[in-house]
Amino acid sequence: MDLYEHQAKELFGRHGIPVPRGAVAATPAEARAIAAELNQPVVIKAQVKTGGRGKAGGIRPAAGPASAEQEAARVLGMDIKGHRTRRVLVEAATVPFEEYYAAFLVDRAEGGFLAMVSGQGGMEIEELAASDPDAVVRLPVDPVTGVDAGTARLLAARAGLPEQAAEALERLWRVLVAEDALLVEVNPLVCTTDQRIVALDGKVTLDGNAAFRHRRDLAEPSDGGLEDRARAKGLNYVKLDGSVGVIGNGAGLVMSTLDVVAGAGAAPANFLDIGGGASAQVMADGLEIILADPDVRSVLVNVFGGITACDAVANGIVTALELLGERGRGRPIVVRLDGNNAELGRRILDEARHPAVRQVSTMDGAAATAAGLAAGA
Amino acid sequence: MAIFLTKDSRVLVQGMTGAEGTRHTARMLAAGTDVVAGVTPGKGGRSADFGERTVPVFGSVAEAVEETGADVSVVFVPPRFTGGAVEEAVAAGVPLCVVITEGVPVHDTVRFRALAQGRTRIIGPNCPGLISPGQSSAGIIPADITFAGRIGLVSKSGTLTYQLMYELRDLGFSTCVGIGGDPVVGTTHIDCLRAFQDDPGTDAIVLIGEIGGDAEERAAAHIAGHVTKPVVAYVAGFTAPEGRTMGHAGAIVSGSSGTAQAKKEALEAAGVRVGRTPSETARLMRSVLAGAR
Repeated sequence: MDLYEHQAKELFGRHGIPVPRGAVAATPAEARAIAAELNQPVVIKAQVKTGGRGKAGGIRPAAGPASAEQEAARVLGMDIKGHRTRRVLVEAATVPFEEYYAAFLVDRAEGGFLAMVSGQGGMEIEELAASDPDAVVRLPVDPVTGVDAGTARLLAARAGLPEQAAEALERLWRVLVAEDALLVEVNPLVCTTDQRIVALDGKVTLDGNAAFRHRRDLAEPSDGGLEDRARAKGLNYVKLDGSVGVIGNGAGLVMSTLDVVAGAGAAPANFLDIGGGASAQVMADGLEIILADPDVRSVLVNVFGGITACDAVANGIVTALELLGERGRGRPIVVRLDGNNAELGRRILDEARHPAVRQVSTMDGAAATAAGLAAGA
Repeated sequence: MAIFLTKDSRVLVQGMTGAEGTRHTARMLAAGTDVVAGVTPGKGGRSADFGERTVPVFGSVAEAVEETGADVSVVFVPPRFTGGAVEEAVAAGVPLCVVITEGVPVHDTVRFRALAQGRTRIIGPNCPGLISPGQSSAGIIPADITFAGRIGLVSKSGTLTYQLMYELRDLGFSTCVGIGGDPVVGTTHIDCLRAFQDDPGTDAIVLIGEIGGDAEERAAAHIAGHVTKPVVAYVAGFTAPEGRTMGHAGAIVSGSSGTAQAKKEALEAAGVRVGRTPSETARLMRSVLAGAR
């Protein structure tokens, strides 16, 4: 899970990395009050989880409280690459003398941790790494021993950062470990004209799997949409743009089903994984979520029973259709069951004789049928 | 023949007395697996009944290994205790540790992976385990889909493993390995490719990948340089949008990296035939084997 800049900086501050003074505002009046409190020139920064805010006009200087209010009014509500700006960070303006880049991350390829540090910051690090690989120092970090003061000094020296930046690097590593982060990045890390090291921007990606180790309140306000409803039921659901609703068991099989539906000439409306060992209730919850989407014109249920038993899936479909009543009619549901208890599952569906349900014995055939029904509906 | 797991493997189950552990121990026994011990801290000295088979329960992995000679551990322990359980297996010198648990923090995986280096082969986490049909099963892969044969299979996805096993069930498999869909896993595609290449019981290999990371690209480079057996591949997630996690923690397209298209192209450049669907992948494998004969 990605954090907002202000949340990342709060973590940095808690672990002793210097950040500019500031606070978050949801209204222009709040921005004005924060600027007045800071009593110096400020920067108004859109809080959205995407890059390129500066170019989009989402970062604006303000000399005092009145202009802070004005600039906040311009930034609040702004759409930046499809992300709506709901809040701004009002922060004391900092004058950089030099800019650097520093990050620690989980290195998927090596199954370990990686340090990335550069004496050149403030620009797209991917581009810099591509155009001038030597400009970015990349060093694997031993997962057991980690980054101590000596390693941090070595990193700083190799990347051409001043000595006083080493402590910030060591603390940044501590943020990665203490917060179970997949990525901690400061870009730019700056040295100010008065020789202070400050994290001017921050990006942190936390590992959702480690949430049980941390007390955090990072929940986004619920918009009551299907994704939130699915999450509340413990379902893995992603909304897509098409018209064929797709439910299956196991992430790989569902992704594959989306591809096969696309290959059959239709666009999938969603990704919905009922997971392993799904009960009838889970199947019913999933079907209800999908049928609540008005874009869905046909549904494809693709299950390969392994841990999941196909009779449970079939019972779930029957239960869901009973619960849904009228709402379950009208849109066809194509079902393909294979694997564990498939015959029993097929028989349950046959005997239920629901007018919306039709069974197809192969994955390809079922996808083609669902695609055709969506197009013809 | 088979890789990593054979009829001689002696399996212990960490978390055997829990609901999942009990259910899947029964299934492993039914698949012919020699389950010799269970481990549940605090419950040492008891035993668990599975019909005609009674399996002793020990309080620690070290004790279980000492008493039974177990050489494979299968971990069915909740995420918050999984890191500790795996580290215990590594410390006890278990050569193969299969971590089924979903939702293990990445930092824990990175740590036990580092500790295991050169001592214990770890498969997973968040994986269905592995099966050498007719010999042994360590994990949750259904044993009745297929039979013993000469195809090796390595996959990031559990259900796609089952799908391809089913499509090629008449030909049969030497070993099917589900390596898991997390960003960091103990055993990679390349580790399995290497083992299948060296296994005289494996004639051809099915490789199943997914969006996210660059494991398939790395596998392609390895195949080009080191694998002489025919490889057929399938990659899931062509329709996955950028920036959204598709089920597995690791299945995410970030910017231009991790796309199914890039993986397919890398594999094809290495001479691997890549199917667009599971059924086409199975057909490709049939034609490859027919050509080899």
